[in-house]
Amino acid sequence: MSGRSDAASQGTLARRRIPRLGVIATAAGAFAGLFGVGGGTIIVPLLVFWFGYDQRGATATSLAAIVVIGALGAVAQALYGNVDVWHGVLVALPGMAGVLAGTAIQQRLSERAVAGAFIVLLLGSAAVLVF
Amino acid sequence: MQPLDWIGLLALGFAGGVTGGLLGVGGAILFVPALVMFADQSQLGAEASSLLAIVLVSLVGTWRQWSYGNVRLGDGLVIGLLSPLGVVAGVVLANALSERTLELSFAAVQLYFAARLARRVVFPSGARTASVQSGGDPRAPDRRP
Repeated sequence: MSGRSDAASQGTLARRRIPRLGVIATAAGAFAGLFGVGGGTIIVPLLVFWFGYDQRGATATSLAAIVVIGALGAVAQALYGNVDVWHGVLVALPGMAGVLAGTAIQQRLSERAVAGAFIVLLLGSAAVLVF
Repeated sequence: MQPLDWIGLLALGFAGGVTGGLLGVGGAILFVPALVMFADQSQLGAEASSLLAIVLVSLVGTWRQWSYGNVRLGDGLVIGLLSPLGVVAGVVLANALSERTLELSFAAVQLYFAARLARRVVFPSGARTASVQSGGDPRAPDRRP
């Protein structure tokens, strides 16, 4: 679980990991680009299925990826003048308080509870797309 | 914005952040409708503005998760930096398929993921075997309680 063993294994496994990480990135980027939402619903399950991540590790690593994906998207949209900074910050302020609560709650939940909550999210997100 | 709009925006923003921290998603699923409903933004404007919120919220979430020892930064950065490939793929898909087809395809993928995750929740030992067989991370068994 530590960053050190992670870094050591990344060197030896990099050649095998990067193509799969690339597939995850492509799928997540495509969904986020097409629908404006949904990158995380792709990243988290694929990290679990393909790399054996636990739920906490997958959700945490997904958030790190989303920082970069979101930043690239925000810059691109800002170039077209579509980003309303005031409204973005307005919704981010309660969002940042929420994410502190969400990460703290997650550490107290079991692996299965987090997975169960994620299944509900996937079902809800699929329902929004269909209806 | 009316007082009720402020309350709605704060509530959905907070809920989006909780979802993000708990489930590792950006929170756009709630930020976008919040901006459409309570800040009178267009769908495109809301999606663009929500990206700024997503960056700020995910940054705080990543920092907290890092301090809990859960972030594998290398993998996260590789996924993030390769994501523009997906934007290209998305443009190709959007031109090849109707919006309805895309929506239904994405929903089908999510339902498939939900079913696979559900199987792991119900049969945790079977899921572990499957993970190893499919060439999963060899350290995976150590990571499980």
